[in-house]
Amino acid sequence: MTYSVGQIWFIILALALGTYLIRLSFLGLVGRRPMPPAVLRLLRYTPVAVLPGMVAPLVLWPAATGGQIDPPRLLAALVTLAFGFKTRNLLAALGTGAATLYAALWLTGQL
Amino acid sequence: MPATTAKSAYWSGVRDGLPFLLVVTPFAVLFGVVAMDAGLTLGQTMGFSVTVFAGAAQFAALQLMVDNAGIALVLLAALAVNLRMAMYSAALVPWLGAAPLWQRAVVAYVNVDQTYAVSMVRFDERTDWGVAQRVAFFLGVATPITPMWVAMTAVGALVGSRIPPEWALDFALPITFIGMFAPMLKTLAHVVAAAVSVAVALALLGLPSGLGLLIAAGAAMVAGATVETIMERRAA
Repeated sequence: MTYSVGQIWFIILALALGTYLIRLSFLGLVGRRPMPPAVLRLLRYTPVAVLPGMVAPLVLWPAATGGQIDPPRLLAALVTLAFGFKTRNLLAALGTGAATLYAALWLTGQL
Repeated sequence: MPATTAKSAYWSGVRDGLPFLLVVTPFAVLFGVVAMDAGLTLGQTMGFSVTVFAGAAQFAALQLMVDNAGIALVLLAALAVNLRMAMYSAALVPWLGAAPLWQRAVVAYVNVDQTYAVSMVRFDERTDWGVAQRVAFFLGVATPITPMWVAMTAVGALVGSRIPPEWALDFALPITFIGMFAPMLKTLAHVVAAAVSVAVALALLGLPSGLGLLIAAGAAMVAGATVETIMERRAA
């Protein structure tokens, strides 16, 4: 990380302010005016639009293995995805994913 | 149904919020660990959890900061993760819009996935509740979650440096993100949005850090909304 201390605090506080304004938005400022359905429809997809794209390169080319595809990490990611999809349970998905990662790292002699 | 006071509504909110500690605690510890590992100070790490108070966005910002992305891109990408909360804010207006502004301002600070999801279900059930009970319930749900998020971030930040690299904590972040979005893949539209996000993000990996992701997110949102519209027309 090469930011100055001031830049890091700027990021933190700007993010805090922006997040708060998003949370307050309709509740505080716009009042009772209903949101256009087209906007609501787009907003519904923000989490599944941002997180998968962020994760994909981290899964395929992890920094910890110098950007080389790492079978244990790839397998753990797929298991987490499958369990999260099937159980709809965050903790179950994380637990199974972590267990898979450690089991695979151990089997391949990395642990 | 017996009349509920604001006080008893508050305590039933606290009870409904308690199970979420199981999710919040490991998440917050992990953020503390990853943030210190990325090179933030204890004060900066705590600053994130206290003022931003949004798990996924904090992790997203951190990831981009590790990549030394431009500041504007860090902010845009992390705020995009939080845009869903504008939807929560809009959905709460019919229930809480009549509360005094200062109460709505407090509600907004703790307007997160868990408080929103639990409250919407309960407001639907308890049609006898007035706005005072609803506000009390909402803040009740937030009561166990908020301090725990902050305290457990500190725990993670303080113990994190003692965790050896063989534990592969680098991969805690991707696994956490996957665990967060996988349960959201409820409809074909959500699956298409996620697939477009991955495809475009990988295709644009050569762009400056964070920029490809923003384009991918925009394309994925449009793809999801379009599929939803098509499916609705077909069903009609």
